Amino acid sequence: MKSVSLGVMAGMLLFCSVPAFAQTYPASAPSAATAPVISSDGKLYGDFGGHDGLVALMDDFMVILLADPRTKDFFVAVDQTRVKWELVSQFCQILGGGCTYTGKDMKTVHAKLGVHQADFLALVEDLQIAMDRKHIPFRAQNQLLAALAPQHRDVVTEP
Amino acid sequence: MKTVFSRMAIAASFVCASFVYAGSTHAEDFFTYASGKLLLTGGVSQVEGAAGGGLTPWAVIGSYGSRGQTGANAYYTTIGTQDYKITSYGALIGIHDRVELSYARQDFDTQQVGAALGLGAGYTISQDTIGVKVKLIGDAVLEQDSWLPQIAVGAQFKSNKNGDLVKALGARDDQSTDYYISATKLLLAQGILLNGTLRATKANQFGILGYGGQDNAYHLQAEGSVAYLLNRHLAVGAEFRTKPDNLGVAKEGGAVDIFAAYALNKHLSLTLAYADLGNIVTRRQSGLYVSLQGGF
Repeated sequence: MKSVSLGVMAGMLLFCSVPAFAQTYPASAPSAATAPVISSDGKLYGDFGGHDGLVALMDDFMVILLADPRTKDFFVAVDQTRVKWELVSQFCQILGGGCTYTGKDMKTVHAKLGVHQADFLALVEDLQIAMDRKHIPFRAQNQLLAALAPQHRDVVTEP
Repeated sequence: MKTVFSRMAIAASFVCASFVYAGSTHAEDFFTYASGKLLLTGGVSQVEGAAGGGLTPWAVIGSYGSRGQTGANAYYTTIGTQDYKITSYGALIGIHDRVELSYARQDFDTQQVGAALGLGAGYTISQDTIGVKVKLIGDAVLEQDSWLPQIAVGAQFKSNKNGDLVKALGARDDQSTDYYISATKLLLAQGILLNGTLRATKANQFGILGYGGQDNAYHLQAEGSVAYLLNRHLAVGAEFRTKPDNLGVAKEGGAVDIFAAYALNKHLSLTLAYADLGNIVTRRQSGLYVSLQGGF
């Protein structure tokens, strides 16, 4: 029951933030903490295979998240296509791919999801598995993870 | 002795089971779905039982338990040097990524040196260490936009089981407590982990030769570790640890090692090192350090 309502909530929040509905629901300004740009020469973005690489990575990532008993409740009831789209956009901005993440900031998105630190770490692990499967260089993986790790302060709301 | 063998048997069956499992396609997934911290970020068990490198405690709380979770692990370490065989084994509990409680036993087999000293070949000196560590501030792994390391303080209550001998060698006591403070930082983007530890101790040779000697004061010692992550499962690095030189009968020097720590999964890791423990009574002692750790 809890998981379903969390998923629905997540879906609603993400629903509001996609550009197709931006005119109806203006997106808040993306915060630097949500998506700091950590590379500007395009090399890091290239290590992830550019836009197509990120799309393929998110496809795998979502499959892994849904198969992982620790994380699936957070994603099973959301619009997964939209979540993946948001993540591509956010990661693209961080990796210096020239995108602008227009989604809501992490704090707002996760305010009512009840995420524990263990949930956050489980998601990081699943992302590592997905990146390994795409043969993204370990160093490039860690640069992305280092940029994402501080999000724990906005995402993890439970003691 | 029987306990040691049964521990080794348990450890060996762990290894076999894990390698068999690793042969199947999705082994990693099954094991990775254990709870808690990221692979290797709880360190391994150092020689006195605390989570850290092989020689040095780190500020991390041992086990894979993250906030709100409790985890535990056990380890078995052996170091063979020119003159001695040192085994260390024990276990720890990590509570809510905040408090770590540990127990370690060290057996220092004097082999032929024991015979030469008239103690008998294979005379073994033992030490029990009960450890407690509390994380004060910071998060070595998650706070990647801050330079603040994770900082912890700890105490190791040590008891030497061969009090008469170590006192005859000039030690003042057969019980003493070490106090330390550790700062640990993972520089994730660079794949480098740094640790610094300051320890106040009276121990001679980690406590194997008792506590206190020419003086009965605490001596401040420095310890450090650097590790480089090659991939999620494998880290290589080096450590140093200074020791007091306070026992009259023989000179004591610092210890260093280079290591490779491999985590097969969250339940099993293997650490191999080449350790130079400095002069221990007879001469400088160095050799292979092998440590197996299992936990949940």
